[in-house]
Amino acid sequence: MKSKNPPEEPAHENNFLESSRRDFLKHSGLLTAIALTPAPLVSAAQKGFDEKIADLYEKVPVSLEVNGVKHQLSIEPRVTLLDLLREQLELTGTKKGCDHGQCGACTVHVDGHRVNSCLTLGVLVSGKKITTIEGLAKGDQLHPMQEAFIKHDGFQCGYCTPGQIMSAVACIREGHANSEHEIREYMSGNICRCGAYPNIVNAIQEVKEGGQPV
Amino acid sequence: MKQFQYSRPATQQAVIDAINKPGAKIIAGGTNLVDLMKRGVTAPDKLIDINHLPLKNIAPVKGGLHIGALALNSVVSENKLVVAQQPLLSMALKAGASPQLRNMATVGGNILQRTRCAYFYDTTMPCNKREPGSGCGAIGGYNRMHAIFGASDKCIAVHPSDMCVALVALDATVIVQSKKGTRRIPFADFHRLPGEHPDLDNNLAAGELILGVEIPDNNFAKNSYYLKIRDRQSYAFALVSVAASLELEGNTIKNARLAMGGVAHKPWRLVEAEKALIGKPVSAETFNIAAQIAIQGAKTYGGNDFKLKLAPATITEALKHASGLV
Ligand SMILES: Cc1cc2nc3c(=O)[nH]c(=O)nc-3n(C[C@H](O)[C@H](O)[C@H](O)COP(=O)(O)OP(=O)(O)OC[C@H]3O[C@@H](n4cnc5c(N)ncnc54)[C@H](O)[C@@H]3O)c2cc1C
Ligand code: FES
Ligand code: FES
Repeated sequence: MKSKNPPEEPAHENNFLESSRRDFLKHSGLLTAIALTPAPLVSAAQKGFDEKIADLYEKVPVSLEVNGVKHQLSIEPRVTLLDLLREQLELTGTKKGCDHGQCGACTVHVDGHRVNSCLTLGVLVSGKKITTIEGLAKGDQLHPMQEAFIKHDGFQCGYCTPGQIMSAVACIREGHANSEHEIREYMSGNICRCGAYPNIVNAIQEVKEGGQPV
Repeated sequence: MKQFQYSRPATQQAVIDAINKPGAKIIAGGTNLVDLMKRGVTAPDKLIDINHLPLKNIAPVKGGLHIGALALNSVVSENKLVVAQQPLLSMALKAGASPQLRNMATVGGNILQRTRCAYFYDTTMPCNKREPGSGCGAIGGYNRMHAIFGASDKCIAVHPSDMCVALVALDATVIVQSKKGTRRIPFADFHRLPGEHPDLDNNLAAGELILGVEIPDNNFAKNSYYLKIRDRQSYAFALVSVAASLELEGNTIKNARLAMGGVAHKPWRLVEAEKALIGKPVSAETFNIAAQIAIQGAKTYGGNDFKLKLAPATITEALKHASGLV
């Protein structure tokens, strides 16, 4: 800032602008901080207890194995597994539909069991093995369920598909794919706005009847 | 979501100490709590993770079956002892939420899950449960899902759990621990009616940890049924649900249990209707009479008037299934 002001300009004006600008930044900075900060911290901040802020906003170390790759991360406790996968590990195959456990688009496997990653806090799965849609294929060879979804047109827009496929694989592994009725019941946690349900059921039935390991 | 501190105290005792601090809240599966925190309905300063505590066991105890507070809803619903001895509980659990959610949800969390009333969830709306004194949006508002029994002029919300409807029918006991030691709460006394304080869902005191539930042995395994009626076939909360258990001697009803979900601020046990069943023959007529007794005293609020017909019909149907009449 200073270097842009030629030295011959009136000193007092310059100083006035500088100091008011700094005051403004200081105050507005504090106001923003206050607006975003829980009440007990505001008083702490005003008293200058910076270390308390650091304490509260502390990140928590988390170690995860995602699709066979180990990660050491440091995350805020409020970060969900879904956001961690998508935003920190850049695994965007797992989709965010509702973000409230109501659609199943975010379904992943934790230690082999399907869960909604949008309601799973990252800190709660430290030390666990996560499998996402990116982890199903073996190199260029698609997982049988992925093949079956393509063959049976198990999707239209495709947004729900990663969650459907993760859920479908779990459905067979759990032993809940023995009839159309059972498949529909045990796939009910995955909503498809395009209504591809009949084709999804066909895909699951084919994989189940084919007897391939899933 | 507001920032919070996270801690995982090593022992049960350390958890009890931690939950006694103001602003602290237990997290188990997180399927209800994280949802409410994202919406700003609740904003704890500190989450106490209890998932590592040894409270997952499902085992026979003297005169009954013990189920730990951290046993997963999916695991309980498929457990061999539960399926063989307490099939009503298994059926109720399988009727709840989705397979993914049941893989996360715990027994303790399920008991303490909060109402799904839309006014409770929407922080721009009045709700005496969320913000005491702000009013009840559902009275005179959208109340299709709401209570027909035991409501007050402060709140007509319902308890949304399926599992709890089975547990109240089965005379379960909730075992809790605090600094003062452990205490046992009969399931029917665990949740409360809204009265003047709808902000209080139940009688669990601050600083108490649920350790588990105990279900006394019974002879209902052969004749139990959980029937849930909802707006779609699966993955929706109950408009009305019925837990029915019968003990038959030939064609005569020796003992009976009936409870309803989706109708009150707590899982609603139907003691008078049970009395009307005992000693009577298994027949559609017996069931119709009990169903009419069950809905005496019901009060509706416009949007949920249909429950006056749906509730008795669901009771009759559930009893038919339980008795083998259909
Ligand atoms: C989309 C959706 C649909 C659903 N549908 C149904 C349904 O149809 N039927 C149904 O019954 N339920 C349904 N649920 C609710 C679900 O069953 C509950 O969210 C779940 O049971 C809560 O368990 P949790 O372990 O995840 O609890 P959390 O979210 O971890 O905790 C819930 C509450 O319990 C407290 N808590 C947890 N454990 C303990 C303990 N041991 N001691 C003391 N306090 C404790 C927490 O502090 C918190 O206040 C649905 C949920 C969602 C998101
Ligand atoms: S995004 Fe998780 S269930 Fe919809
Ligand atoms: S394919 Fe579009 S939502 Fe399912």
